[in-house]
Amino acid sequence: MARALLAALLAVALLAAPAAAATPQASLPDIEDEVMCLECGTALNVSNSDVADQERDFIAGLVAQGMTKQQIKDRLVAEYGPRVLAEPEDDGFQLTAWLVPILAALAAVALVVLVARRWRRRGRGGPPDAAPGGPGLDPDDARRLDAELAAFDR
Amino acid sequence: MRARVYWPVTIAAALLVGLLAYGLTTTGTDTTLDDAMARGERVAPPQESPLPRLGGDGTGSLADYKGKVVLVNVWASWCEPCRDELPLIEKAHKMLSAEGGTVLGIDVKENTDAAMKAVGEFGLTFPNLRDRDGSFVRKWGQTGYPENYVIDRDGRVAAVRRFPVTQKWLDKTLPPLLDEKD
Repeated sequence: MARALLAALLAVALLAAPAAAATPQASLPDIEDEVMCLECGTALNVSNSDVADQERDFIAGLVAQGMTKQQIKDRLVAEYGPRVLAEPEDDGFQLTAWLVPILAALAAVALVVLVARRWRRRGRGGPPDAAPGGPGLDPDDARRLDAELAAFDR
Repeated sequence: MRARVYWPVTIAAALLVGLLAYGLTTTGTDTTLDDAMARGERVAPPQESPLPRLGGDGTGSLADYKGKVVLVNVWASWCEPCRDELPLIEKAHKMLSAEGGTVLGIDVKENTDAAMKAVGEFGLTFPNLRDRDGSFVRKWGQTGYPENYVIDRDGRVAAVRRFPVTQKWLDKTLPPLLDEKD
Protein backbone atom coordinates (compact mmCIF):
# COMPACT_ATOMS: atom_id res chain seq x y z
CA MET A 1 0.00 0.00 0.00
CA ALA A 2 2.78 2.37 1.04
CA ARG A 3 4.73 1.54 -2.13
CA ALA A 4 1.70 2.25 -4.28
CA LEU A 5 1.17 5.57 -2.55
CA LEU A 6 4.84 6.50 -3.02
CA ALA A 7 4.66 5.57 -6.70
CA ALA A 8 1.53 7.67 -7.15
CA LEU A 9 3.18 10.68 -5.45
CA LEU A 10 6.28 10.26 -7.63
CA ALA A 11 4.12 10.11 -10.76
CA VAL A 12 2.28 13.29 -9.75
CA ALA A 13 5.61 15.04 -9.07
CA LEU A 14 7.00 13.97 -12.42
CA LEU A 15 3.91 15.15 -14.24
CA ALA A 16 3.82 18.44 -12.33
CA ALA A 17 7.46 19.34 -13.02
CA PRO A 18 7.12 19.99 -16.77
CA ALA A 19 3.86 21.84 -16.12
CA ALA A 20 5.62 24.08 -13.62
CA ALA A 21 8.49 24.66 -16.02
CA ALA A 22 6.04 25.70 -18.72
CA THR A 23 4.38 28.24 -16.37
CA PRO A 24 5.52 31.83 -17.05
CA GLN A 25 8.17 32.91 -14.53
CA ALA A 26 6.61 36.28 -13.92
CA SER A 27 3.75 38.39 -15.13
CA LEU A 28 3.05 42.12 -15.26
CA PRO A 29 -0.03 41.96 -12.95
CA ASP A 30 1.97 39.95 -10.43
CA ILE A 31 4.73 42.60 -10.28
CA GLU A 32 2.74 45.80 -10.74
CA ASP A 33 1.47 45.95 -7.17
CA GLU A 34 5.01 45.64 -5.78
CA VAL A 35 6.43 48.48 -7.85
CA MET A 36 5.96 52.22 -7.49
CA CYS A 37 5.21 54.76 -10.16
CA LEU A 38 8.12 57.07 -9.37
CA GLU A 39 6.38 60.24 -10.47
CA CYS A 40 2.93 59.56 -9.01
CA GLY A 41 4.06 58.09 -5.67
CA THR A 42 1.47 55.30 -5.98
CA ALA A 43 1.70 51.61 -6.78
CA LEU A 44 2.07 50.94 -10.48
CA ASN A 45 -1.17 48.92 -10.69
CA VAL A 46 -3.20 52.00 -9.71
CA SER A 47 -1.11 54.55 -11.61
CA ASN A 48 -2.11 56.07 -14.89
CA SER A 49 0.61 58.38 -16.13
CA ASP A 50 3.25 58.50 -18.85
CA VAL A 51 5.95 57.44 -16.35
CA ALA A 52 3.82 54.51 -15.21
CA ASP A 53 3.21 53.46 -18.82
CA GLN A 54 6.95 53.52 -19.51
CA GLU A 55 7.67 51.46 -16.38
CA ARG A 56 5.00 48.95 -17.41
CA ASP A 57 6.53 48.69 -20.90
CA PHE A 58 9.93 48.09 -19.32
CA ILE A 59 8.57 45.32 -17.07
CA ALA A 60 6.62 43.74 -19.94
CA GLY A 61 9.85 43.61 -21.97
CA LEU A 62 11.68 41.83 -19.14
CA VAL A 63 8.75 39.41 -18.68
CA ALA A 64 8.93 38.64 -22.41
CA GLN A 65 12.63 37.83 -21.98
CA GLY A 66 11.60 35.11 -19.50
CA MET A 67 13.07 36.72 -16.41
CA THR A 68 11.92 35.68 -12.95
CA LYS A 69 10.10 38.08 -10.67
CA GLN A 70 13.22 38.62 -8.57
CA GLN A 71 15.41 39.20 -11.63
CA ILE A 72 12.91 41.81 -12.86
CA LYS A 73 12.86 43.55 -9.50
CA ASP A 74 16.68 43.61 -9.47
CA ARG A 75 16.70 45.18 -12.94
CA LEU A 76 14.12 47.75 -11.85
CA VAL A 77 16.29 48.73 -8.89
CA ALA A 78 19.37 48.94 -11.14
CA GLU A 79 17.52 51.22 -13.57
CA TYR A 80 15.37 53.31 -11.25
CA GLY A 81 16.97 52.95 -7.81
CA PRO A 82 15.59 51.24 -4.69
CA ARG A 83 12.63 53.65 -4.39
CA VAL A 84 10.98 51.91 -7.33
CA LEU A 85 10.04 49.02 -5.05
CA ALA A 86 6.85 49.44 -3.05
CA GLU A 87 8.53 48.86 0.27
CA PRO A 88 10.28 51.43 2.43
CA GLU A 89 14.07 51.55 2.47
CA ASP A 90 15.85 50.43 5.62
CA ASP A 91 17.88 53.56 6.19
CA GLY A 92 17.38 57.26 6.84
CA PHE A 93 13.90 58.62 7.42
CA GLN A 94 12.38 55.65 5.57
CA LEU A 95 13.55 53.45 8.45
CA THR A 96 10.74 54.93 10.56
CA ALA A 97 8.22 53.14 8.32
CA TRP A 98 9.63 49.86 9.65
CA LEU A 99 10.27 50.98 13.23
CA VAL A 100 7.06 52.84 14.07
CA PRO A 101 4.70 49.85 13.61
CA ILE A 102 7.04 47.65 15.68
CA LEU A 103 7.30 50.26 18.44
CA ALA A 104 3.53 50.81 18.34
CA ALA A 105 2.95 47.05 18.69
CA LEU A 106 5.37 46.88 21.64
CA ALA A 107 3.65 49.87 23.27
CA ALA A 108 0.25 48.18 22.79
CA VAL A 109 1.53 44.96 24.40
CA ALA A 110 3.03 46.93 27.30
CA LEU A 111 -0.29 48.74 27.78
CA VAL A 112 -2.25 45.47 27.81
CA VAL A 113 0.18 43.98 30.36
CA LEU A 114 -0.08 47.08 32.57
CA VAL A 115 -3.88 47.12 32.46
CA ALA A 116 -4.10 43.35 33.11
CA ARG A 117 -1.79 43.65 36.13
CA ARG A 118 -3.86 46.53 37.45
CA TRP A 119 -7.08 44.53 37.15
CA ARG A 120 -5.52 41.53 38.86
CA ARG A 121 -4.29 43.68 41.77
CA ARG A 122 -7.75 45.26 42.15
CA GLY A 123 -9.32 41.81 42.12
CA ARG A 124 -7.11 40.60 44.99
CA GLY A 125 -7.65 43.70 47.17
CA GLY A 126 -11.45 43.82 46.67
CA PRO A 127 -14.20 42.66 49.13
CA PRO A 128 -14.71 38.87 49.57
CA ASP A 129 -17.58 37.27 47.76
CA ALA A 130 -20.93 37.49 49.59
CA ALA A 131 -22.32 34.35 51.29
CA PRO A 132 -25.06 32.55 49.35
CA GLY A 133 -27.71 33.61 51.88
CA GLY A 134 -26.57 37.20 52.01
CA PRO A 135 -24.65 38.90 54.81
CA GLY A 136 -25.49 37.92 58.38
CA LEU A 137 -27.43 40.30 60.68
CA ASP A 138 -25.70 41.95 63.58
CA PRO A 139 -27.13 40.94 67.05
CA ASP A 140 -29.15 44.15 67.54
CA ASP A 141 -30.84 43.81 64.17
CA ALA A 142 -31.49 40.13 64.86
CA ARG A 143 -33.16 40.97 68.13
CA ARG A 144 -35.30 43.66 66.51
CA LEU A 145 -36.27 41.29 63.71
CA ASP A 146 -37.29 38.59 66.21
CA ALA A 147 -39.37 41.15 68.14
CA GLU A 148 -41.10 42.34 64.98
CA LEU A 149 -41.86 38.79 63.85
CA ALA A 150 -43.23 37.90 67.34
CA ALA A 151 -45.46 40.99 67.25
CA PHE A 152 -46.65 40.02 63.78
CA ASP A 153 -47.55 36.49 64.96
CA ARG A 154 -49.69 37.88 67.78
CA MET B 1 0.27 53.95 38.55
CA ARG B 2 -0.63 57.24 36.86
CA ALA B 3 2.86 58.70 37.47
CA ARG B 4 4.48 55.56 36.03
CA VAL B 5 2.46 55.83 32.79
CA TYR B 6 2.66 59.62 32.44
CA TRP B 7 6.28 59.95 31.28
CA PRO B 8 6.38 57.07 28.78
CA VAL B 9 3.14 58.29 27.19
CA THR B 10 4.39 61.89 27.10
CA ILE B 11 7.73 60.88 25.56
CA ALA B 12 6.01 58.65 22.98
CA ALA B 13 3.64 61.47 22.02
CA ALA B 14 6.54 63.94 21.74
CA LEU B 15 8.45 61.49 19.53
CA LEU B 16 5.45 61.06 17.23
CA VAL B 17 4.97 64.83 16.91
CA GLY B 18 8.71 65.24 16.22
CA LEU B 19 8.55 62.51 13.59
CA LEU B 20 5.62 64.21 11.89
CA ALA B 21 7.39 67.58 11.92
CA TYR B 22 10.57 66.04 10.51
CA GLY B 23 8.62 64.31 7.75
CA LEU B 24 6.80 67.50 6.81
CA THR B 25 9.95 69.64 6.74
CA THR B 26 12.03 67.17 4.72
CA THR B 27 9.45 66.36 2.05
CA GLY B 28 8.42 69.89 1.11
CA THR B 29 9.70 71.70 -2.00
CA ASP B 30 13.03 73.46 -1.52
CA THR B 31 12.70 77.12 -2.57
CA THR B 32 16.31 78.15 -1.85
CA LEU B 33 17.16 78.70 -5.52
CA ASP B 34 13.93 80.54 -6.33
CA ASP B 35 14.38 82.82 -3.32
CA ALA B 36 17.96 83.62 -4.39
CA MET B 37 16.88 84.32 -7.98
CA ALA B 38 14.09 86.59 -6.72
CA ARG B 39 16.74 88.57 -4.80
CA GLY B 40 18.91 88.71 -7.91
CA GLU B 41 21.65 86.66 -6.25
CA ARG B 42 23.78 83.85 -7.62
CA VAL B 43 24.20 80.90 -5.27
CA ALA B 44 26.14 77.67 -5.15
CA PRO B 45 24.15 74.71 -6.46
CA PRO B 46 22.94 72.06 -3.99
CA GLN B 47 25.59 69.56 -2.94
CA GLU B 48 25.09 66.39 -4.95
CA SER B 49 26.66 63.00 -5.33
CA PRO B 50 27.88 62.13 -8.84
CA LEU B 51 25.28 60.54 -11.13
CA PRO B 52 25.66 57.68 -13.62
CA ARG B 53 26.42 58.79 -17.19
CA LEU B 54 23.73 58.02 -19.75
CA GLY B 55 25.17 55.88 -22.53
CA GLY B 56 28.57 55.64 -20.90
CA ASP B 57 30.51 54.21 -18.01
CA GLY B 58 31.16 55.77 -14.66
CA THR B 59 29.66 58.85 -13.12
CA GLY B 60 29.68 62.57 -13.70
CA SER B 61 28.70 65.77 -11.96
CA LEU B 62 28.51 69.52 -12.44
CA ALA B 63 32.00 69.78 -11.00
CA ASP B 64 33.33 68.23 -14.24
CA TYR B 65 32.35 71.43 -16.09
CA LYS B 66 33.85 74.02 -13.76
CA GLY B 67 34.87 77.17 -15.62
CA LYS B 68 32.18 76.67 -18.26
CA VAL B 69 28.74 78.14 -18.67
CA VAL B 70 26.42 75.14 -18.26
CA LEU B 71 22.76 74.91 -19.16
CA VAL B 72 21.41 72.09 -17.00
CA ASN B 73 18.35 70.64 -18.74
CA VAL B 74 16.01 68.36 -16.76
CA TRP B 75 14.19 66.08 -19.15
CA ALA B 76 12.60 62.68 -19.72
CA SER B 77 11.33 61.10 -22.91
CA TRP B 78 7.94 60.33 -21.30
CA CYS B 79 7.43 64.09 -20.79
CA GLU B 80 5.82 65.65 -23.85
CA PRO B 81 6.88 69.28 -23.11
CA CYS B 82 10.46 67.98 -22.67
CA ARG B 83 10.31 66.35 -26.09
CA ASP B 84 9.02 69.59 -27.59
CA GLU B 85 11.89 71.47 -25.96
CA LEU B 86 14.76 69.10 -26.83
CA PRO B 87 15.45 70.47 -30.35
CA LEU B 88 15.88 73.94 -28.85
CA ILE B 89 18.17 72.57 -26.14
CA GLU B 90 20.31 70.77 -28.73
CA LYS B 91 20.55 74.03 -30.68
CA ALA B 92 21.60 75.84 -27.49
CA HIS B 93 24.26 73.20 -26.90
CA LYS B 94 25.76 73.79 -30.34
CA MET B 95 25.90 77.52 -29.62
CA LEU B 96 27.31 77.01 -26.11
CA SER B 97 29.94 74.47 -27.10
CA ALA B 98 31.27 76.91 -29.73
CA GLU B 99 31.78 79.40 -26.90
CA GLY B 100 33.30 77.05 -24.36
CA GLY B 101 30.03 76.14 -22.66
CA THR B 102 27.79 73.08 -22.67
CA VAL B 103 24.36 71.70 -22.01
CA LEU B 104 24.27 69.02 -19.33
CA GLY B 105 21.16 66.90 -19.57
CA ILE B 106 19.66 65.30 -16.46
CA ASP B 107 17.45 62.44 -17.58
CA VAL B 108 14.95 61.73 -14.82
CA LYS B 109 13.02 58.61 -13.80
CA GLU B 110 13.40 56.47 -16.87
CA ASN B 111 15.27 53.41 -17.95
CA THR B 112 18.41 53.59 -20.04
CA ASP B 113 16.89 52.08 -23.19
CA ALA B 114 14.03 54.58 -23.30
CA ALA B 115 16.40 57.49 -22.68
CA MET B 116 18.91 56.32 -25.31
CA LYS B 117 16.08 55.92 -27.81
CA ALA B 118 15.23 59.61 -27.29
CA VAL B 119 18.90 60.58 -27.59
CA GLY B 120 18.96 58.91 -31.00
CA GLU B 121 15.57 60.23 -32.04
CA PHE B 122 16.48 63.86 -31.32
CA GLY B 123 20.15 63.54 -32.27
CA LEU B 124 21.29 64.85 -28.89
CA THR B 125 25.03 65.49 -28.72
CA PHE B 126 25.27 66.96 -25.22
CA PRO B 127 26.33 64.85 -22.23
CA ASN B 128 23.60 63.38 -20.05
CA LEU B 129 23.50 62.09 -16.49
CA ARG B 130 20.84 59.78 -15.08
CA ASP B 131 18.79 60.89 -12.06
CA ARG B 132 17.21 57.46 -11.64
CA ASP B 133 14.63 58.30 -8.97
CA GLY B 134 14.47 62.09 -9.09
CA SER B 135 16.41 62.63 -5.86
CA PHE B 136 18.95 64.91 -7.63
CA VAL B 137 16.42 67.36 -9.04
CA ARG B 138 14.40 67.36 -5.83
CA LYS B 139 17.29 69.15 -4.12
CA TRP B 140 17.10 71.82 -6.82
CA GLY B 141 13.51 72.50 -5.81
CA GLN B 142 12.14 70.89 -8.96
CA THR B 143 8.40 71.37 -9.47
CA GLY B 144 7.84 69.89 -12.93
CA TYR B 145 9.24 68.95 -16.34
CA PRO B 146 11.19 70.27 -18.09
CA GLU B 147 13.30 72.58 -15.97
CA ASN B 148 16.50 74.45 -16.77
CA TYR B 149 19.23 75.92 -14.58
CA VAL B 150 22.09 78.04 -15.86
CA ILE B 151 25.47 77.80 -14.12
CA ASP B 152 28.03 80.56 -14.55
CA ARG B 153 31.80 80.11 -15.00
CA ASP B 154 32.27 80.27 -11.21
CA GLY B 155 29.95 77.31 -10.73
CA ARG B 156 27.08 79.36 -9.29
CA VAL B 157 23.42 79.13 -10.28
CA ALA B 158 22.71 82.27 -12.30
CA ALA B 159 19.22 81.51 -13.68
CA VAL B 160 16.37 79.09 -13.09
CA ARG B 161 13.56 78.29 -15.52
CA ARG B 162 10.83 76.08 -14.04
CA PHE B 163 9.08 75.48 -17.37
CA PRO B 164 10.15 75.11 -21.01
CA VAL B 165 12.68 77.60 -22.32
CA THR B 166 12.12 79.81 -25.32
CA GLN B 167 14.72 81.00 -27.82
CA LYS B 168 14.11 84.51 -26.51
CA TRP B 169 14.94 83.46 -22.94
CA LEU B 170 18.07 81.61 -24.07
CA ASP B 171 19.23 84.63 -26.10
CA LYS B 172 18.70 86.89 -23.13
CA THR B 173 20.25 84.60 -20.50
CA LEU B 174 23.24 82.81 -22.04
CA PRO B 175 25.29 85.43 -23.97
CA PRO B 176 25.88 87.75 -20.97
CA LEU B 177 27.18 84.79 -18.96
CA LEU B 178 29.43 83.66 -21.83
CA ASP B 179 30.82 87.19 -21.97
CA GLU B 180 31.89 86.98 -18.32
CA LYS B 181 35.48 85.87 -18.75
CA ASP B 182 37.65 84.64 -15.90
